[in-house]
Amino acid sequence: MYRSLAETRQALQSGKTNIVELTRTYLQSIQEHSHLNAFLEVFTEDALRQAAMADQKRQAGNPGKLSGMVIGLKDNLCYKGHKVSASSKILEGFTSLYSATVVERLIAEDAVIIGRLNCDEFAMGSSNENSAFGNVQHPLDKALVPGGSSGGSAVAVAAGLCLAALGTDTGGSIRQPASFCGVVGLKPTYGRVSRWGCIAYASSFDQIGPITNNVDDSALILEVIAGQDEYDSTLSTVPVQEYSQNLAFKGKTKIAYLKDCLESEGLDPAIRASMEALFDKLRAEGHIVEPVNFPYLDYVIPAYYVLTTAEASSNLSRYDGIHFGYRSKRAIDLETTYKYSRTEGFGKEVKRRIMLGTFVLSAGYYDAYYSKAQKVRRLIREQTLATLKEYSFIIGPTTPGTAFPFGAHANDPVKMYLEDIYTVQANLAGIPAISLPAIKHPSGLPSGVQLMSAPFSETELLSFARYLSALN
Amino acid sequence: MTVDEHLIGQLANLAKLEFEAEAKTEIIKDLNRILSFVEKLNEIDTDGIEPLIYLVDDSPSGRDDIAHLQISQDEGLQNAPKHDSDYFRVPKVIS
Repeated sequence: MYRSLAETRQALQSGKTNIVELTRTYLQSIQEHSHLNAFLEVFTEDALRQAAMADQKRQAGNPGKLSGMVIGLKDNLCYKGHKVSASSKILEGFTSLYSATVVERLIAEDAVIIGRLNCDEFAMGSSNENSAFGNVQHPLDKALVPGGSSGGSAVAVAAGLCLAALGTDTGGSIRQPASFCGVVGLKPTYGRVSRWGCIAYASSFDQIGPITNNVDDSALILEVIAGQDEYDSTLSTVPVQEYSQNLAFKGKTKIAYLKDCLESEGLDPAIRASMEALFDKLRAEGHIVEPVNFPYLDYVIPAYYVLTTAEASSNLSRYDGIHFGYRSKRAIDLETTYKYSRTEGFGKEVKRRIMLGTFVLSAGYYDAYYSKAQKVRRLIREQTLATLKEYSFIIGPTTPGTAFPFGAHANDPVKMYLEDIYTVQANLAGIPAISLPAIKHPSGLPSGVQLMSAPFSETELLSFARYLSALN
Repeated sequence: MTVDEHLIGQLANLAKLEFEAEAKTEIIKDLNRILSFVEKLNEIDTDGIEPLIYLVDDSPSGRDDIAHLQISQDEGLQNAPKHDSDYFRVPKVIS
């Protein structure tokens, strides 16, 4: 299977294949890998129809920017006339009435949408163990988790079930599974990509982004999906650049790494060693790589959980058993319609987060927890931006370890939350971040390198990411 | 801060959820564990710091205040667990 859009295009140009045939090959591959449980549904007919149209446009000499790209959608992105469930029983049977802006933009550029991908319920999780429709398997070892919450997206790309996928990243949900599965995952700056049509988890954190085999494909997808949209008022007016045309990195740069992060107890020693070797390599290339202090490392996860659960408890209040989705058979009046439908429809982790969010927003606790966390968020953002004034990038491991076994954190939610310790900083600060499969772990499992950069500096981030990928 | 059965009852009512028997014991244990973890935030001095609410610096972009009919009544009802041609149907509310 082709591993990049460039390779795909070559094959198309040489007449070796066409987009319909390509789509059929992916459909076949999805069937052969159904044990991975990456796809919740395959849009066979629509995908083949889109493919035929894309072939026609190619033949007519006016292919879209994504012509030849077969893409999967995380199951929290709406696609008109198709089911979407956020991997939750509460949305079972729900059909989208409109398409997410990102989906419309992909289709307008001739992408083929092949299906919807399994994820943690409402994007809450770091292992894809919270889906109401079963675990997703790691492509290299069935005993291991693929990461989450965009686990299906990362697995589908890694296993060659589609060329690219969209995921969403609230605290690392694109980058952490990308790191575990050995693919590229990009979380854009908050306000870069429209969230219209994305099923909300925590609205001041969520961003949609690509998962791909290489930086070039991520750059192109971002270029297509980014930019203003009258349906999302949190979008920035900063112009979108042609990321895919500006991927050449030249010159020497200044890179920071967070000393606290490299020295943290939970970091796998092999990953630490690989990171240090990478720093030396970068220094040998003439770049400056220096340690900086980040005194808030131990506070990022606490701040993240207070704020995201608060936003989630509010966002998920719309699932009422009345307007859409699941209603309990035991509902006999208004109160039991709400209570039983929500109690039976939501999974354990979602209910846990709704309860925590309800607590931190309730009278008497609001200031001590919610406002407090918002203040800490400002400190974290200011400290992060100050570092990025002095340095072009912050580099570090994406995850403290490689993919872990199913059930490893079953009895301790806090331990599971700590899996995101290196990724949530970017969401708290609203900055872009990318995970690259640039470390070779002695176990043979993939492990990611994360780069973060200043708000709306995706051009610099992507070009340096591409340079770093080539360096290894 | 300790979460007890009484507080769980209050929160569950606000969140329109129900926890009984084992589920209740479990959620009490989990919330206590998570709260003692997030209370670490109290170690940070935030005196004089404003809460961060909006992430994007430029002013939010709005659209013109013109009503568009984007979803028809039929479509609006289509995903409801129970509806007739005009309304969402719910169990009897007033006895």
